[in-house]
Amino acid sequence: MFRSVTAGLKEQADMTVYVNGVATPAWDGETVASILLRVPNVGRQTPVSGETRLPYCQMGVCFECLAVVDGVSSVQGCLTPLKNGMRIERQRGRREVGQ
Amino acid sequence: MNYDVVVIGAGPAGMAAAVKLAKLGTSVCVVDEQPAPGGQIWRGVERNATSPVFNALGEDYQKGSFATAAFHAAGIDYQPSAQVWQIEDGWKVFLTAEGKSRCITAKAVLLANGAQERSVPFAGWTLPGVMTVGAAQILLKSGGMLPEGDVWIAGAGPLPLLYATQLLELGGKVAGYIDTSQKPSLKALSHLPAAWRDFPGLMKGLRWIWKLRRSGKLIRGIHNLRATGEGQLCQIEWESKGNTHKRDAGVLLVHEGVVPRIHETMALGCDHDWNDQQKYFAPRTDEWGQTSRKGIFVAGDAGGIGGWKAATVSGEIAGFGIARFLNIGIDAEKLRRDAALDDRRKRATALRPLLDALYAPPQTPIADDVVVCRCEEVSAGRIREAARASAPDVGAVKAATRCGMGPCQGRQCGYSVQALVAEVNNLPVGDVRFFNIRPPLKPVTLGEIATLQDVEL
Ligand SMILES: Cc1cc2nc3c(=O)[nH]c(=O)nc-3n(C[C@H](O)[C@H](O)[C@H](O)COP(=O)(O)OP(=O)(O)OC[C@H]3O[C@@H](n4cnc5c(N)ncnc54)[C@H](O)[C@@H]3O)c2cc1C
Ligand code: FES
Repeated sequence: MFRSVTAGLKEQADMTVYVNGVATPAWDGETVASILLRVPNVGRQTPVSGETRLPYCQMGVCFECLAVVDGVSSVQGCLTPLKNGMRIERQRGRREVGQ
Repeated sequence: MNYDVVVIGAGPAGMAAAVKLAKLGTSVCVVDEQPAPGGQIWRGVERNATSPVFNALGEDYQKGSFATAAFHAAGIDYQPSAQVWQIEDGWKVFLTAEGKSRCITAKAVLLANGAQERSVPFAGWTLPGVMTVGAAQILLKSGGMLPEGDVWIAGAGPLPLLYATQLLELGGKVAGYIDTSQKPSLKALSHLPAAWRDFPGLMKGLRWIWKLRRSGKLIRGIHNLRATGEGQLCQIEWESKGNTHKRDAGVLLVHEGVVPRIHETMALGCDHDWNDQQKYFAPRTDEWGQTSRKGIFVAGDAGGIGGWKAATVSGEIAGFGIARFLNIGIDAEKLRRDAALDDRRKRATALRPLLDALYAPPQTPIADDVVVCRCEEVSAGRIREAARASAPDVGAVKAATRCGMGPCQGRQCGYSVQALVAEVNNLPVGDVRFFNIRPPLKPVTLGEIATLQDVEL
């Protein structure tokens, strides 16, 4: 759905992240949300009907980019820059909310 | 930590205010959920200075380099990647960074938290492959990401035009550009003389439209746009002159203007006014940007949409206003006059009445089967049903349907629910109030709150 303009210019990716366990090349400046758009089967599943969603706003106001990042669930992907070695998995179910 | 001022948002408004306040000798902390300063318009400007996208993003974007350099040089305590989720009296500002929560205190708070895109529900808008134009532009500014396949842009306003030109400049392809704006009315054209005061701004818009026309991909006069596909966007459909049109689509980018981010000022109980032309609430402020709550100031798009130049000027004004409020022995009126801030504001907002009149928000009723609340998957039909069974109050509809109760807390569905309640009750939209916003402003995990116990409040 998306590709990086840098991908054609550089020989090597800037880093590697692990999406559902699979090593995936990534570029400086990318966020977890941009990975969700590039790699199949990591978009969150809605707690109501179970349908898959992908990031919609990229600016922190839709919460469609929730993902499990390095074992922590409900991370807002569009506000989380990628880091080398990061593990990203699909988010299922509701977000735990503080009172 | 204690400060004189906490500024929320490191966009044009927040940076301008913080620089002024630091120069006047106050202690300032600037908090922003992005990893670098710049706000929406100048997102990633520092990192992109050496990227191939820098040129394509255009002159206005490149100007951000100067603003961020001045910001860094001013000796401001800047907290990036930090999300504010509660503001309490006295002013205590609660924020989370890297999974840990903290509380900082200040005598005054400036909300320079900007705008968000207006959400306009339509059939298929929750399908993967459909997202906003702003989202696609953020992807471009963040990782140099370009959409691939059959890319459609559908919307109205300056942002889709700007994004389309940026994309074409970088060798990206657009299958079609659907202009959803209504025909310019005489009222819109009557604003033209005032708009000439911002001649370069106007020329830029005309150049964008001309470039698009030349590409032969501009589609106008359509209605009932919808996205279809099984678990993924495959096609878009629309009606035009009595015919149904269908096209393959891999990515559909939509945009219907921007509205202020009001959850912070709403939760603080600040007074808001309804802007009936642009259909949004904005906090009411005095001539220094102070809201109805003493010590809470607003600047930039958060106080009403004006664009980055107006945001910069209102940030400077709020900076002086806060210094005046802190009573640090300055002549704020004189500083304001010397910097010709009111003239600059007039110039910066000259184009706005034309833009607002040209790009009025769409008024088409939402079909019953369209999902309005993305989080809780509540359809327009269910909201209408609940609205018919209760008083004209969004709170009752929320309780009956769960719409607005998901993690986005009504940021996506708020105005649609308000419009549906107004429609069912035959009321002017502005007479129906917004959701009652309560903290936390962002869902905070129990783990994050637990880390607060380690700090002194
Ligand atoms: C998606 C999008 C893209 C845009 N692109 C352009 C463009 O290319 N060109 C243009 O002229 N205009 C653009 N605009 C219009 C833009 O709003 C203004 O031109 C300008 O950025 C407004 O400046 P500001 O300082 O008021 O707010 P912003 O620049 O929006 O800055 C607000 C800042 O507050 C931060 N923030 C908000 N809430 C919180 C919180 N709770 N905690 C911590 N931080 C928070 C945000 O991260 C953001 O950095 C865009 C608007 C949007 C919504
Ligand atoms: S994509 Fe909307 S909140 Fe992250």
